[in-house]
Formats: sequence, structure tokens, C-alpha cells
Amino acid sequence: MTAARALLHSWLPPVVAAVVILGGWEVLLAVIRPDGFVLPPPSDIGGAAIENFDAIVGATGVTGFIIVTGLIAGVVVGAAFAVLVTAFRAANETLTPLAVAVNAVPIIALAPIFNAWFGLLSPRSNQAVVVVLVFFPIFINTARGLTQVEPSQVELMESYGAGRWRIMREVRIPNAMPFFFTALKLATSLAVIAAIVAEYFGGRQDALGNLITNSAGLTRYNDAWAAVLAGSLVGIGLYALAVLIERLVMPWYFVARRSA
Amino acid sequence: MNGASPAASASSAAGAPPATGAQPPAVEVRGASKIFNLGRHNEVKALADIDLLIDQGDFVTLIGPSGCGKSTLLRLIAALVAPSDGTVAVNGKAADAARLDRDYSMVFQRAGLFEWRNVTRNIELPLELMGWKAADRRRRSAEMLELVKLTEFARHHPAELSGGMQQRIAIARAMSFHPQLLLMDEPFGALDEMTREHMQNELLRIWSETQITVVFVTHSIAEAVFLSTKVAVMSPRPGRIAAVIDNDLGPRTDATRDDPAFFANVTAVRDALRGGHRR
Repeated sequence: MTAARALLHSWLPPVVAAVVILGGWEVLLAVIRPDGFVLPPPSDIGGAAIENFDAIVGATGVTGFIIVTGLIAGVVVGAAFAVLVTAFRAANETLTPLAVAVNAVPIIALAPIFNAWFGLLSPRSNQAVVVVLVFFPIFINTARGLTQVEPSQVELMESYGAGRWRIMREVRIPNAMPFFFTALKLATSLAVIAAIVAEYFGGRQDALGNLITNSAGLTRYNDAWAAVLAGSLVGIGLYALAVLIERLVMPWYFVARRSA
Repeated sequence: MNGASPAASASSAAGAPPATGAQPPAVEVRGASKIFNLGRHNEVKALADIDLLIDQGDFVTLIGPSGCGKSTLLRLIAALVAPSDGTVAVNGKAADAARLDRDYSMVFQRAGLFEWRNVTRNIELPLELMGWKAADRRRRSAEMLELVKLTEFARHHPAELSGGMQQRIAIARAMSFHPQLLLMDEPFGALDEMTREHMQNELLRIWSETQITVVFVTHSIAEAVFLSTKVAVMSPRPGRIAAVIDNDLGPRTDATRDDPAFFANVTAVRDALRGGHRR
């Protein structure tokens, strides 16, 4: 009973908001009747999604694979860099300025260059854009969490004779978890954007990015919007997955928040 | 309960190697000094010519104004900071060897509990580092929870506890492996007055039950006199030990806080802090 109530409490507001926004959108367009290329009503987008269901699902699969693999690789490399930089001062002095310099580059702008490196029609170049874009927020946030520890907790571990890696495992990594997950949630949407925009410039022709540019080029705006919708759903799904993992990995964090 | 028994403590001639069978002093600091950032523009002479002898089972407070180096001296004993000159021995061995042997345990002003571990697992942290088996750890942490009277909070997380409770868990964690020496750095400094007095009573109860040696840093004169058997008064810039005052008030009760002998020793410590001019 109370569980069902709690579920209702958490799900009802967003569902109501979605219905109101989509309904308002539909009604507003029915009243002002703009040209279809400005903004189609939700019902037309839904119709296009159903009509092209197979093509959209296929394209979502292709792009989704690029997003997920790029995201995983970027997260692993970013987190590993953060640990390395925190553990070794020399690594910090060489890698951190390098990472900052890489981040200063407008990475999306590298997509055509990556196409030249990996081949115009290869998904590798799209993955590379995702990896580079995801890397930086993960690296910076995780490194901050690994270094911003309570100094007395480190002294405590030293007083017990614990070495650098034990302190890393027992103090720094748990301390960095909330920072890491904040970055991960940010990175899920970054990965979707990076993959689709990179696909505008090259990569497989049956991906979401191409579906959007091709549909828009043929003035099939309903199809373009349906593909955008599919990309959004991938982003929402990954975000929800990140939230779920966060809850599973650090339940203590939410215990603390509840009583605070 | 503890290996160190104050009755057996033989404070032999200072500096002499401990005779076999007799227990070496808990802490022996000889001619220690500490200079931070030596040779740089921000060079600080934190400690100079420190000699300090602490017998097994003693409860010694280090008191002095802010910046007198009392926390640095505690970290010297803990081998968290190396002396620039002089020697520091704990239980008759070099301080760093004592650290690696886990002869002592530390309690800080901030409880410093690990948010990601529940109360039981916080107490078991040092035991995990020492490679104890899970069943032994569980038995010991239950004992420790009884010692600090927080058994019903075993599965709580630190954020769910008050500041005083957190500090009691930090003490339980520090005592979990039965160290012979407890080093405490203003452990009750962040607590309100009522909680603080309660914690002082609790600490004295634990001290008398376990016969552990305690070195306790504070800047409260009343706290120093209420708790300790000896008060080491420090003067600042560079930190030196100005006087060591014997503080034999017998077993403490709440009545001790109103005892004329208590006030006499408070006055003695205060005079020593002022440089002894009014003695």
C-alpha cells in the first residue's frame, strides 16, 4: 500500500507534466497552424515513428552501440587517468595539463578529421568523438573526488600503517563515488549528442545522425523529429541506468541524505 | 584487558635502555625539534628542544595556546611527521616502527568516520587492515560497541548519528585492536559543553577499564585538569614544554569538577601557561 503510494508519488508528477506539455503542444499547433517544417504536432511525430519503426529501431541500434561503447571507453579511460593522476605526482604534472589542453579543443569540430583517420564510413570515428567528449568531465570530477578527502581520514589510515593503494581503495575511491556519478549522469547526454552530431559528418549511413540529416534534406521533418525522439529515449534510458547503478553502488549516500 | 599495566610500569632513569622484564616508557621524546619548510620563505619553527617522558598507564594532556605545536608533537609521537632533530620512541622502539606495529591508535577532532561504512564496519576498519577474520572482527566490534554503549546503533550509518555518538564510535574504532597507547587530538573540541563533559566521563571510564596510556591534546584548562594524571604545558613559537604539572586528583566523579584541589590545579596550569609569573 505505502510502496504503491510512494511509486505513485514519484511517477505521477512527471507523467502529468508530460501529458500537459504534449497536449498543450498539440492544441497550440492546432490553433496557430504553422508550416510543418517549423514544428510538427506530437501526433504527426508519433505517426512517423510508427510508419518508419523498423528503420528507426535499426538506426537507434547502430547509434546506440556507438554511444554505449564510446561512453564505456571514455568513462574507463577518464576514471583510470584520475586514479593515476591522484596516485602519482609526476602523472599529475604531465597528464593534467594535457587533459585540459585536449578539453580546450572544440572536440565536435574534430569529427571530420577523425573521419580522415578512421575512414569516412567507419563508426570508429564517431566512437572516438564520444570517447574524447566523455573523458574530460569524468576525469576532472573523479580526480576532484579522489583528492578532496578529509585529511584526518588519510592520517588515520597512515596511523594504521596503510599504504598508498590501500588508502586509495578505502578512502579516496569511495569518497570520489558521488563526484563520479554526477559526471556519469552528465556524460550520458554528452555521449548521445556527440554520437549523433559526429554522424552528421560521416560514419555508417544507417545511423540516427544520417537519418536526421537525410530526412531533413528531403523535407521529411516528421521523420527527422521521430529520429530525434529515438535519440532522446536512448539518452533518458542511459541516464536512468546511471541513476540505478548509483543507487546500487552507494546506498550509503542516500541513507545519509535522507536523515540530513 | 590490555597488555600494558600501569602497576608494572617502571620509569627507569630517563634515556637508559629498558631492562629486560621492565616495561619501557610509553613515549620518550628526546631533544626533538620540528621545522616546517626548512630554508624556504615560509619556514616555521614549530617545536624546539622537546623532552617528554610518558609512563605506561599515564593520562597526559598537552595544553597550550593555538599554534604552540601541540598537535605537531602528537603527530611526531604518531610518526605521521618526522622530527627535524632528536628522537621519538614509543614503547621503547622508534616511533615509525611502533606505527607499523600498531602500538598506538589515533582519535581526531573530527570523528572522520567513513560515510560509506556502517558503524560496525567503521569500528572494524583497523581490524580489516590487520587481516583479522570476519568472525573475530564481528566479536570485537560488538565488544567495542558495548564499551561505548552504542550497541543498538551497530547497523546505522555515521550520518544518522549525533556528533557525540560519532566521536564515541571513533573512540571504539581506535580501541578496537587494543592498542597500548591512545593519541587524541582535541577529540571533544567540536562538541557542545554538555556532550563534552559526558564524553570526558566516558573516556575516563574507558581509560580506567582498559588501563591504556593516553596522550590528549586540548586547549581547555578545565578539560586537561579533569582528565589527566599529568599536564604538559606548552609555550608557543617555537613550541616548548614549559612545565609538566602532576595532577593527582584521584578517581574522578562529577564532584571532582567542584573540588578545591581541582581548582588549585586549574590555577597552577593557568599560571604555567602565562609563564609562571604569578606563582
